[in-house]
Amino acid sequence: MDPAIFLIQVLNGVQYGLLLFLVASGLTLIFGIMGIINLAHGSFYMLGAYLAFSLTRFIPNFWLSIVVGIALAFAVGIILEWLVMRLLYHRDHLYQVLLTYGLILIFEELRSLVWGDDVHGVPVPAALAFSIPLTDTLSYQVYRLAMSAICLAIAFGMYWLIQRTRLGMMIRAGSVNRDMVQSLGINIGLVYRLVFALGLALAALAGMLAAPVSSVYPGMGNQVLIISFVVVVIGGIGSVKGALVAALAIGLADTFGKVLAPQIAGMVVYLLMAAVLLWRPQGIFGRA
Amino acid sequence: METALRTDALKKMFGGLAAVNGVSLECRVGSVHAVIGPNGAGKTTLINLLSGDLAPSAGRIEILGRQVSGLPPHRIAQLGVGRSYQRTNIFMGFSAFENCRLAAQSRLPSSMRFIRSASSYREINQAAEGALEVCGLETRRDVAAAALSHGERRQLEVAMTLATSPKVLLFDEPLAGMGAEEAERMVELLRKLGAAHAMLLVEHDMDAVFAIAATLTVMVDGRVLASGTPAQIRANAQVQEAYLGAADD
Amino acid sequence: MPRPAQILLLAVLLALAAFPLVGEKFYIQFVTKVMIMALFAMSLDLLVGYAGLVSLGHALPFGLAAYALMLMTPEYQAPGFWLSIAASMSVAAIASLVVGLLVLRTSGIYFIMVTLAFGQMAYYYVHDSKHLGGSDGKYIYVRPALEMFGWKPFDLENPAHFYYVVLALMVFVYTTIRILLASPFGRVVVAIRENEHRLRMLGYATFRYKLVCFILAGMLAGLAGWLAAAHDGLVNPEMLSWHQSGQLLMMVILGGMGTPAGPILGAAALKALELVFQGWTKHWQLLLGLFIVASVLFMPRGLAQVLEWKRRSAPTR
Repeated sequence: MDPAIFLIQVLNGVQYGLLLFLVASGLTLIFGIMGIINLAHGSFYMLGAYLAFSLTRFIPNFWLSIVVGIALAFAVGIILEWLVMRLLYHRDHLYQVLLTYGLILIFEELRSLVWGDDVHGVPVPAALAFSIPLTDTLSYQVYRLAMSAICLAIAFGMYWLIQRTRLGMMIRAGSVNRDMVQSLGINIGLVYRLVFALGLALAALAGMLAAPVSSVYPGMGNQVLIISFVVVVIGGIGSVKGALVAALAIGLADTFGKVLAPQIAGMVVYLLMAAVLLWRPQGIFGRA
Repeated sequence: METALRTDALKKMFGGLAAVNGVSLECRVGSVHAVIGPNGAGKTTLINLLSGDLAPSAGRIEILGRQVSGLPPHRIAQLGVGRSYQRTNIFMGFSAFENCRLAAQSRLPSSMRFIRSASSYREINQAAEGALEVCGLETRRDVAAAALSHGERRQLEVAMTLATSPKVLLFDEPLAGMGAEEAERMVELLRKLGAAHAMLLVEHDMDAVFAIAATLTVMVDGRVLASGTPAQIRANAQVQEAYLGAADD
Repeated sequence: MPRPAQILLLAVLLALAAFPLVGEKFYIQFVTKVMIMALFAMSLDLLVGYAGLVSLGHALPFGLAAYALMLMTPEYQAPGFWLSIAASMSVAAIASLVVGLLVLRTSGIYFIMVTLAFGQMAYYYVHDSKHLGGSDGKYIYVRPALEMFGWKPFDLENPAHFYYVVLALMVFVYTTIRILLASPFGRVVVAIRENEHRLRMLGYATFRYKLVCFILAGMLAGLAGWLAAAHDGLVNPEMLSWHQSGQLLMMVILGGMGTPAGPILGAAALKALELVFQGWTKHWQLLLGLFIVASVLFMPRGLAQVLEWKRRSAPTR
């Protein structure tokens, strides 16, 4: 394989992986800390993309749209947690699955009501709408590099938040023993609300960042959700580090799979998951 | 009286800590061998080694003439060893009878039988009924385990062990958490069972132990401090100092 | 099962048997579809309500069996009833064996996620396969021919005949599951949900029991898939999608999991609701979603709770 093409595939794989990480990290955090499985997580990815579509039509600055979009998604997350999710903490996972499945149906139809069923495009922000030449004939879109950079920055931000701040400490403590943390006077309910909203905001941000590249269409949340689940299974529930490693592995495997073995490209990710299940069922960084 | 259970310099290490450190003892059919000692002495670890829940780091275990060190728990169970748990480990949602019936059913060569109703296996039903009767639970047969009193649940633990028709019984603190009256009934039960099986009993209740045990082994820090008849142990100065004296306070 | 419930069930059975004599074709076909879904739901309840294995990928054996029938139906020739059912159920069984060996290594939330993932893997495989019809799927132009020792009692192309065959199979599956649950195997499976650790300590190799249960549930799902394909005359990737699995799970919970008639009630109720909602608005899935959320919050034990039947999975005899 030509080195320039190889480099492009690696960059694509890393970019896809980092985007997946954004979505999967929220999922794994919400599950690891609150014990809630949220099938509607993918719906927020879709919501983010549609928000990007609408907001960029009214707000000339792409980045400002993103900030507004994140704020909106965060707010919706807070409302959702307060309204519905906090009733699920003590329930069997079965009921969480069902309820959030119902939420998916609701969000899909709401999307259909508000935005319709057409496919839309979001323009790449002007400042980044150019490509860096790699060889005489090949170049790479700078916007994609920016996406990866932003995702990496967020990954570091999450690490700092969880490992180095008081909030992070409360989060880590709350995941181990909720009642104990509560009796220490910490409002664990508020922590959970913030974590949930943060997780969903991350998914929405991923959708917004991806919109210029992958376009905006119904059902875009579903595939991302399933792959995110695979990321979480491979990486280990509750482990953000695991989500990063697994997401990158999947991003690269999927990208190279499409190029090297297109017939089974769609299955590569699941074969990877099957291999991990055989070797270490709790995931690479999962607690046994 | 044949020796049904024998250990030889049995040892279990957890990292650098020896939870069980060179324990040798014997258990005969028809007599109760009690193992006593302060908390952390390694008694539960010993039982776990004997039942196969843990594999020994060194030493040998011989049960009914066979070397069993390192065998998995279900293989040891099939040899005729029954074990009860310190913390009640039963099927809470099922009736007392169903608990015993499931235990008895485990003696079938295989439970992969799909057509004939489980309740039509008369021998299994009889084993379960018999176990309940010996333990005095026959009137509580159809009560859900969750609805039984704590003492009754401990009795059910014993009944489940009996339902598998074992030859060797390993009991881990069967009297744990019992009130005086329940304890008395349990002691009688244990005495009855001890006469017909080889029984190894880990207990803290000294009255019970001295009432029914033929042999006592005192463990401290994973080792055997002393071993002998109740009278010998009572008279042993080391034991008095290390354990019995402290227990009297 | 309590007396009143037995009588009710018998009454329903008689009503179902008499229905084709008075119903219109549309409703005969609708009830046939409901019965197929009820059979499908019973197979999932075996996993969810009794073994405690929450699978979100039960559409996999269902869909694969459906596609197997399609592959066995040459353009205008009817495949043999018995042969094609056996083949479809075998495909479902093998798929369940392979998937089961992998997913049963996990439990709890992981199990839910990996069953979902494997289901989607099958979905994408079929969706992307040109020779299987891709995203449009393929038609099945002729229903299988039912022949017993040279005698052809039923013509499956006739909606009423097909209805009765489905009814008979539904009753057969119902009975089979009851027998299975009362057997030594069934008692172990139910106990796994209650206290798997203790079972292992008693000497049971619980993994094997879970695997066999998973395969049996898969085979029954395969039977449902065969029937669905024969009924619709069409197979498409949606039969393998997680929406199929999710809706099925909803039926099981709505009806009341771990109860004998729960899956049947749930299938009927959900299909009826779907029909009603579809008549009201194009955006009927919104109403369905709201209904699902509401029933999880306010009616978690399902309709069986409302009808006050005790959970059969905890034997007290």
